[in-house]
Amino acid sequence: MGMEGIGARVARKEDKRFITGAGRYTDDMVVPGMKHAAFVRSPHAHADITGIDVAAARRMPGVIGVLTGRELKTDGIGNLICGWMIHSKDGTPMKMGAWSPLAVDRVRYVGDAVAIVVADTKAQARDAAEAVEVSYAERPAVTQALDALKPGAPQLHPEAEGNLIFDWEIGDSKAADAAIAKAAHVTKVHIVNNRLVPNAMEPRAALGVYDKAEDHYTCWTTSQNPHVARLVMSAFYNVAPENKLRVIAPDVGGGFGSKIYIYPEEIVCLWASKKTGVPVKWVADRTESFLTDAHGRDHVSEVQMAFDADNRMIGLKVDTVANLGAYMSLFSSCVPTYLYATLLSGQYAIPAIHCNVRTVYTNTAPVDAYRGAGRPEATYLLERTVETAARELGVSPADLRRKNFVTQFPYQTPVIMNYDAGDYAASLDAAMKAADYAGFPARKAAAKAKGKLRGIGMSCYIEACGIAPSAAVGSLGAGVGLWESAEVRVNAVGTIEVLTGSHSHGQGHETTFAQLVAGRLGVPIDSVSIIHGDTDKVQMGMGTYGSRSGAVGMSAIAKALDKVEAKARKIAAHLMEADEADVVVENGALKVAGTDKSVPWFQVALAAYTAHNLPAGMEPGLKETSFYDPSNFTFPAGCYICEVEIDPDTGLTHILQFVAADDFGNIINPMIVEGQVHGGIAQGVGQALLEGAIYNEDGQLLTASYMDYTMPRADDLPSFVVSTSNTPCPGNPLGIKGCGEAGAIGSPPAVMNAITDAIGDNGLTMPATPQKVWAAIRSAAKH
Amino acid sequence: MSDISLVVNGRNVSASVEDRTLLVNFLREHLGLTGTHVGCDTSQCGACVVHVDGRSVKSCTMLAAQADGAAVLTIEGLADGATLHPVQAAFREHHGLQCGFCTPGMIMAATDMIRRHPEGLDEKTVRAELEGNICRCTGYHNIVKAILAAAQAMAGGAAKAA
Repeated sequence: MGMEGIGARVARKEDKRFITGAGRYTDDMVVPGMKHAAFVRSPHAHADITGIDVAAARRMPGVIGVLTGRELKTDGIGNLICGWMIHSKDGTPMKMGAWSPLAVDRVRYVGDAVAIVVADTKAQARDAAEAVEVSYAERPAVTQALDALKPGAPQLHPEAEGNLIFDWEIGDSKAADAAIAKAAHVTKVHIVNNRLVPNAMEPRAALGVYDKAEDHYTCWTTSQNPHVARLVMSAFYNVAPENKLRVIAPDVGGGFGSKIYIYPEEIVCLWASKKTGVPVKWVADRTESFLTDAHGRDHVSEVQMAFDADNRMIGLKVDTVANLGAYMSLFSSCVPTYLYATLLSGQYAIPAIHCNVRTVYTNTAPVDAYRGAGRPEATYLLERTVETAARELGVSPADLRRKNFVTQFPYQTPVIMNYDAGDYAASLDAAMKAADYAGFPARKAAAKAKGKLRGIGMSCYIEACGIAPSAAVGSLGAGVGLWESAEVRVNAVGTIEVLTGSHSHGQGHETTFAQLVAGRLGVPIDSVSIIHGDTDKVQMGMGTYGSRSGAVGMSAIAKALDKVEAKARKIAAHLMEADEADVVVENGALKVAGTDKSVPWFQVALAAYTAHNLPAGMEPGLKETSFYDPSNFTFPAGCYICEVEIDPDTGLTHILQFVAADDFGNIINPMIVEGQVHGGIAQGVGQALLEGAIYNEDGQLLTASYMDYTMPRADDLPSFVVSTSNTPCPGNPLGIKGCGEAGAIGSPPAVMNAITDAIGDNGLTMPATPQKVWAAIRSAAKH
Repeated sequence: MSDISLVVNGRNVSASVEDRTLLVNFLREHLGLTGTHVGCDTSQCGACVVHVDGRSVKSCTMLAAQADGAAVLTIEGLADGATLHPVQAAFREHHGLQCGFCTPGMIMAATDMIRRHPEGLDEKTVRAELEGNICRCTGYHNIVKAILAAAQAMAGGAAKAA
């Protein structure tokens, strides 16, 4: 069964339904009596609500109900919360402003939900939403984090004076200052990490169904973590107790972080279903997604990196301001802190690091984790700084990195993380070889002869994945544990169902998780089914984000398999009258080692359930569960190299080659891992070249459709050259590090380092649009 | 209201629809053919691509009434019974999909692309032709591979048949 086990390039089991149009996404669900919802949303970035008149809307054709925030509050539905407590450096807790699922007195960003309309058809609901008359008294708005901190800036929440949510620090400020004071060279860089919109292709959706007879709710929703959704909706939003609320996340069309959070719409649809007595479905249109999905990134940082006379990094000091938008989304506080500043050591041994982070309210969509979440911001900052330093010092960027690599493991950084394993030089060497780095000067000269500007840039990233050890994150402020659970249910005929708390929204769990089981037991992969995404089926779960499904989710399955296997061996030993210690699981059978005695797998399963002949005292059945809590983060790392050619007449950047050399530890399915890297790189290249959420001064989102926000398309990208090396992760039973976010983390600085290499301007910001690049070339030519 | 009659996946369909009903909504909500998806509402993403009289069309940009009398093929009708269309098979073989949401539109656009290029396809042409279809998961790498492989397989099949 090696062909289907760990390491095999198995075609995906789930593909059959997706390629035939038989996928089942939330918007595909139809239940009897189902009606359609539209939300009335604020057209203003900041305003007081002075009145809502729903009379005209209620008279519109097909309208069943129009509900507002006041009614929601009267019914005791709670405010949305941020689930990770951060304390400022003065010890005060973060300043969380109230976020009602439907705004009551004030709106704070364009798209803030004010009312819900339920009607027979989607079109009727939208027509009626237009007829809801909301009176607003406009207030001045602020959209940029640095502006929001200025004296006299418009104030968003009474709880957060000066719009400051927290002022947090990590590391040793004095040590970093001392390193800078004694440095032979200090590189100073101003870094802007542009705001992005995640843009999963499936817009968010929710279908709320209230069952009056049972006083029970069912919610179909586009979620990466249905159990967390149920927990939060029960414990904080008072929708229903957990045993009266079932959350189902069926096929989900991409998430990239944006579908982790519990948004107002699913809460309101559930509540509205009870209020109106009909099942209520809402599906976002793309502009609603742009306006209300949690955005990503949006950091501004000042960086100082200190070197001694031998070009060794001796200190790093970073001051960051992060824009969290109008409200604190579910995990917004941990992204610019523990997922960001703890990675500022990168792949380097830097003895002194200090980072200060201020987070700020603005009149923009909430900002939370987007693919990579904090780690792309750290990597971008570090890798652009290192590249700039190499240029200032007049040394090779590769050599400067290599000289400063961490080479001994475990390695304790000054910013919490303890790197367990890695070989950074191996990835660097592999990438340089694949990119023919040595041949670049000749290629650059040839391009110059044609009037083109050619550049090459690299990025050596590290990330903390396998999120996360529960006690550790608890001590840092997390409101939840980040274990995962699994149940391995062997049926009487030997087929197997694995129920997992991980959730697949493109990652291919139905295949990779089945590979683990098929490989372990030597049974055909088609006899293994993976069940996920339904709180009524799966006991518990924390969901999929932070590249955790392999390292944490599969480890839980491995632990449950250990228990299944142990019981199966006991049964087999009893059936074969052999010593349990001699029984091995091999090729779909349990055998007595060194003999020809063997019982097929299905027969052991059957024996477990007929229970006619079990060892004395053994319970019938063959089903085991496990909760796995990781002992550490995992640390995927690698090196990306990008080579670009720029037309100086147009400023257009053409990516000629993109090379990725990653160390993900052990790999279950190389085909799927490569796909994850491809997709991550595309998102990173998108950030570097094309994407950016732009608000005007009034707080209107100017990039609110695919006609205004530039998504990477096929002709913007090259084919990628990807490879992996392997230092197995010592922290989990499978040696897995995780691969879901690396591409998006490692690629933006590689692209930008290549462009700045080509045009000789270290200050260029993302996205490097043709206009910006053209202007930078012109500006450089003048000086 | 408009009374329309059309052929969808080889089956005669007649219905009375609101004039403003888009073809994609007719397919999804009236016929239950939910394989065709809505990803953007502005004709940009291509998740809604179907074939109308043999040509690829973004069904979010066409009224159902405009399809009166036409033959519409959706992703549900592409396979020949249990036998996958070569483009469907190639997407699976080459891992040309992850979350699957853009996939039906990609496959329908790709089959039309291959039809329109009997001379064969190269990577540059495929990438240019995919301009109207957005995927957020795959970085297009394996989609391009799948389409090239399918084009080759179909050309081989045609050569054998000839």
